Amino acid sequence: MNTPSALLDIRNLTFDVERRPILDRLDLTIQVGEIHALLGANGSGKTTLACVLMGCEGYVPSAGRILFNGADLLSLKMHERARSGLTLAWQEPARFEGVTVREYLNLGKPDADPEPALKQVGLDPRRYLDRRVDKALSGGERHRIELASVLSMKPRLAILDEPAAGIDMLSINHIIDIIRTLKENGGSVLLITHQEDVVLMADRASQLCAGRIVFSGGPQETVDHFRGRACVRCDGGTCDHVRA
Amino acid sequence: MSELDALRRTLRIVGAEPSILDDTRIAHVVGHGHHILSQRTVPGLRVDLEERPDAIAGKIVVEAGVQIAQPIHLCFGLAHPTGVQQVLIDVEVGEGAQARVLSHCLFPFATAAEHRMQAVMAIGRNASLAYAEGHYHGPHGGMRVLPHATIRIAKGARYFSDFSLLSGPVGNLDIDYLVEVEEEGVAELSAKIFAHKDDRIALKEAVMLRGERSRGLIKTRVVLEGRARAEITGITEAHARGARGHVDCMEIVQGEAQASAIPIVRVFHPEAKVTHEAAIGSVDRKELETLMARGLAPEQAVELIVSGILR
Repeated sequence: MNTPSALLDIRNLTFDVERRPILDRLDLTIQVGEIHALLGANGSGKTTLACVLMGCEGYVPSAGRILFNGADLLSLKMHERARSGLTLAWQEPARFEGVTVREYLNLGKPDADPEPALKQVGLDPRRYLDRRVDKALSGGERHRIELASVLSMKPRLAILDEPAAGIDMLSINHIIDIIRTLKENGGSVLLITHQEDVVLMADRASQLCAGRIVFSGGPQETVDHFRGRACVRCDGGTCDHVRA
Repeated sequence: MSELDALRRTLRIVGAEPSILDDTRIAHVVGHGHHILSQRTVPGLRVDLEERPDAIAGKIVVEAGVQIAQPIHLCFGLAHPTGVQQVLIDVEVGEGAQARVLSHCLFPFATAAEHRMQAVMAIGRNASLAYAEGHYHGPHGGMRVLPHATIRIAKGARYFSDFSLLSGPVGNLDIDYLVEVEEEGVAELSAKIFAHKDDRIALKEAVMLRGERSRGLIKTRVVLEGRARAEITGITEAHARGARGHVDCMEIVQGEAQASAIPIVRVFHPEAKVTHEAAIGSVDRKELETLMARGLAPEQAVELIVSGILR
């Protein structure tokens, strides 16, 4: 049931590929201002959930509903979802030949100041604003710029798919600060990650297995559950925990 | 309006300020049809062009050891809907000299016109020439454009070319460049073309790496929409020890447009290497969705991706 403060309310969400459920009657609620971590083994459906929420091509669910800020999300096109305050930062961000970092951070709002977001992710604006978002950036630099672009957007809900992937250990605190900033800006975060340091800064966490939420609770509790169950080692297809 | 004024006004479309023609520090030639309307030279630069019934023809020489500080502007075109312009030009850059040429080909009213360029360029030892060529042919797509050039790069010399056709349809464009590179010479050829409507594009660039440790790069970016067609051929041959070449072709196809890319690489020495990459297709889905996830409508996202590729 949709509670008054629920920003995202997912009910019975099912997404199939060749009749195989990748998301299987999934329920999940994220509150306004909540950082919600999502854990799960490879193939459990985390990135698929992100793509269904964002409305990527080919990710149309066969059943279920999603309310975002009280409105039916599934009836909106991808850019309409973004304009309603939802965004997604991919695990492997796209690269754009010729497009500058300045342009990328100012998408849809050319008069905005891109420098604060860049500083927030630990990149010097003088060195980066006129660089291209292309192959010349390292994986870590590209990841940070992706996060800066999410920060610039000030979304209601940011889905971050492995935001710390490719970031050196010394810089993990930057990522945690960015996630906190998103919250301070009034937003919520759905945080898909394997890194315990990052999970523990969440308000709540859920474990996804074989396309279903099998546990929700505090972050430490969820990490413990994730580690202690047989489904940690499952590939999404043989999970007794879900099948039971 | 005079023909000179008509061409001056079009300069802005290809990114140049009309005031460059008034600046005494900047060399220029303005040719309309087979007439030279305006010309200025600077110390160290010889411009010997003549008007012939069938062409503007002659020679441009940068004297040995001279560095021309400001770009040399060559403006050729027609201010009428129809007509033919042929330019036969030899460019010689003397040993150790450096120059930049900005060539503006302007046909703002063309409905059935033709522009032919036959150029022979010789870049002397340790000299450098950067040659940027911008085209504008008005809104009608009524041109036949045939820029053909042979470029010889001597030992240690460097040649950079940048062809761009980014505004409006052209009609038929047939580019044919052959570059011969001697020992430790460098040739980098870049072409950016946005084809529209019923444009027909044939682009053939060949780099022959004759000398040891010579370098070649052919980089082509073509975006097609409407019913445009393009065939892009990038040829690199490496004939000597340590020669290195790369061919990089990307074509984005929209609407009913069609494209083909033919990268040809040949290596004739065991210590030479040539690589190539070619990609043809629609706008990358992941790039598109990333921009849409930031709120850009699909058409805005495509526009940004395309404009980035053509920079």
